[in-house]
Amino acid sequence: MTELANVFNLDGARIPFEPGQTILTAALAAGVYIPHLCAHPDFPPHGSCKLCTVTVNGRDGPACTINALPGQDVRSDSPELNEIRRVLLQMLFVEGNHFCPGCEKSGACKLQALAYDLEMLSPHFVQFFPNRKVDASHPDFLLDFNRCIMCELCVRASRDVDGKNVFALAGRSRDSHIIVNSPSGRLGDSTLSIDDKAAHVCPVGAILRKEVGFVTPIGERLYDHEPISQVDLAEEAK
Amino acid sequence: MASIASSLDPILAGYGHDPTALLQILRDAQEVFDWISPEVRAAIAGTLGVPTARIDSLTQFYAHLYDTPRGRYRILFSDNITDRMAGSVALMDHMLTRLKLERGKLSADGVVSVDFTSCTGMCDQGPALLVNNRPVTRLTPRRIDEICDLIRALTPLDEWPADFFMVQDHIRRADMLLGAAYRRGDATRAAVARGAQAMLDEMKRSNLRGRGGAGFTTAVKWETCRDAPGEERFIICNADEGEPGTFKDRVLLQSFSERVFEGMAIAALVTGARRGFLYLRGEYSYLRAPLEAKLAEMRRENLLGEKICGAEGFDFDIAIHLGAGAYVCGEETALIESLEGKPGKPRIRPPFPATHGYLGFPTVVNNVETLCKATEVALIGGASYAGQGTKQSTGTKILSVSGDCERPGLYEYPFGVSIAQVLEDCGAQNPGAVQVGGAAGNCLTPAEFGRRIAFEDQPTAGALMVFGSQRDMIEAARNFARFFAHESCGFCTPCRVGTSLVADMVDKIAAGRGALYETMDLQRLHDILRRSSHCGLGQTAMLALGDMMQKFRPAFERRLTSRDFEPGFDLDAALARARELAGRDDAAAHLGADI
Repeated sequence: MTELANVFNLDGARIPFEPGQTILTAALAAGVYIPHLCAHPDFPPHGSCKLCTVTVNGRDGPACTINALPGQDVRSDSPELNEIRRVLLQMLFVEGNHFCPGCEKSGACKLQALAYDLEMLSPHFVQFFPNRKVDASHPDFLLDFNRCIMCELCVRASRDVDGKNVFALAGRSRDSHIIVNSPSGRLGDSTLSIDDKAAHVCPVGAILRKEVGFVTPIGERLYDHEPISQVDLAEEAK
Repeated sequence: MASIASSLDPILAGYGHDPTALLQILRDAQEVFDWISPEVRAAIAGTLGVPTARIDSLTQFYAHLYDTPRGRYRILFSDNITDRMAGSVALMDHMLTRLKLERGKLSADGVVSVDFTSCTGMCDQGPALLVNNRPVTRLTPRRIDEICDLIRALTPLDEWPADFFMVQDHIRRADMLLGAAYRRGDATRAAVARGAQAMLDEMKRSNLRGRGGAGFTTAVKWETCRDAPGEERFIICNADEGEPGTFKDRVLLQSFSERVFEGMAIAALVTGARRGFLYLRGEYSYLRAPLEAKLAEMRRENLLGEKICGAEGFDFDIAIHLGAGAYVCGEETALIESLEGKPGKPRIRPPFPATHGYLGFPTVVNNVETLCKATEVALIGGASYAGQGTKQSTGTKILSVSGDCERPGLYEYPFGVSIAQVLEDCGAQNPGAVQVGGAAGNCLTPAEFGRRIAFEDQPTAGALMVFGSQRDMIEAARNFARFFAHESCGFCTPCRVGTSLVADMVDKIAAGRGALYETMDLQRLHDILRRSSHCGLGQTAMLALGDMMQKFRPAFERRLTSRDFEPGFDLDAALARARELAGRDDAAAHLGADI
């Protein structure tokens, strides 16, 4: 039997991969961008945001959890898949309270950057306007649940890297929300410290460092000049 | 009340202080304390050494766990469409009025709360409710009055009339399984006599396919589990029968439980598993004691335990775990998460449970009915078994029939029976639609009643809800849409947000405020939920709605406004608070309907 080369097809391009890589990691390493939010190179695949949904041999699934296999035919950058991604972004926008002009994360926010890159022109759906809390009890960090997108990166970082379990996802359905593990439920009474991975992993503006607001001016932020697709690939190439 | 520690200690000790039993511990603790107070939470977290947030993540995920007081009597009305068609809404209103209560609020004296819950599996004898996890069936205004009196008199549940809690089997048509003469132990002995490999071969010959809905070949699952590397193996019986309109497993567990347990033992013989779990939905808690008693009998008869039926090395036993109000736990990986004491959120698949299941070990997860059918294969052999039904769907299938028909209950047919035949047998006089497969299934019109129940035609886990032609299908659509919005586990974006968007849009259409805009959005969302959701819940959440919108188009179109678009924001509704403060509700205090 001839051995199949470790290559799959992504929108017509040949993508080489190492066994064990997912479609997403292999594509990024090969310089092809697939939009994603909850996937993070430092953590195992999570597969909850579904932004990276691709069609593999005719079946849909998230590129971040599907292992690359020789000869796969993967579609990603198609009008219909990008339409699904736009709707998923719209869902994330209407589910929380995202007011970009007043957000410190604006310009460096993955949600906002993806919305620009995928040309999401409006939230489209009726806003949920949930009543979510702000927790400013911690000396170094502000917790603004209005902006949380339930990617659980803080949960994963605190549990798997910091070994602290500061955050957990609770509730279900549209009542899903992040809770803080402390006697009072407030961040100030938790063990979160400034060096924790969990404190710096939030892709949106839900966990914000205090006292450094607007140190980087609007216009000079991560995604202000290049779209997230290019910024991410440049990061990947480093 | 006894001190927290003295009541908790025996519960915690009973589970060996094992954090994987956290859900069971919380359930048992709630039985004692009525709710999980911060003090109870702190005591459990402290003793088990788990973060308090882990307990919160459970109490806030499972609908039947409470982190706020809900009273000594916690009443939950089953909210399936069949309960509604039988008048459940008026009955609940009656109870709320009698008890001077608001839905979902604790009474001022802290004694009682009344709310809705998802289908409790009593569709053939509804309307039904649960009081502290115990089902009360066949509700009438009079029975509601009696319940209100008992609550006011603070009568303990054990002193309520026993017939309130009677759950009937309603077996209307019995075939191979429900009608067979059966002697406990024969199936296990037959399997032992055949030997593990020969039993697996018979399973292959039988072509038995999973009865939970997906129709996966059971023998392949067993073989994969057997051959997967692992120190231990597990057999899980999925008795989380949460699909609205389905209640066959309830009857099998109530009156045929030996066959379920024997099926598990046979699966253990084939795979080499030594431990099994029956994951029983919380709504069926009333079955726990009889099932435990049955397990004890079977242990005494050496049908469970060590050297089962005298076979060297055939050691297997079963523990019962209870759910706590989460439909998603019917998904096998969510069920396993729940068994491990976590919120029931489906895992990434693959790997599948057959290779990586409970605690990462190879695990077989089978439906209640599937395991019963495995005992038939043991008894009569695979070839005889395959003689029933159709080529691709062998054997018989139990259907749960409810809704507008004279004889709701269980009907067992060989696969291949037509919908029309079932409708005739159950006495459906004027059926306008049949929902096959529960809320996550298909809605069929009379033109499709020639369809056959089989994996290759109309597959189903067994629910048939009959809608008389006078029924408003938009009410069914609303009921299902709200069900999924409530039951979405919240893990993935499309299902977490999408099911709520859909429920709101269907509400808007039902209220006569929907436009073509909503119907087009619903079509789009149907496609997106199906294609991008993490598990079957989101993928099938709009199946019925899609069918109804397409097949009952006039019913939907009648409700639409003539405008292309109607804003979602209702200015008049938004002024309700202002009217309340001003003490006005006259016409001039409302915006005209046409503004």
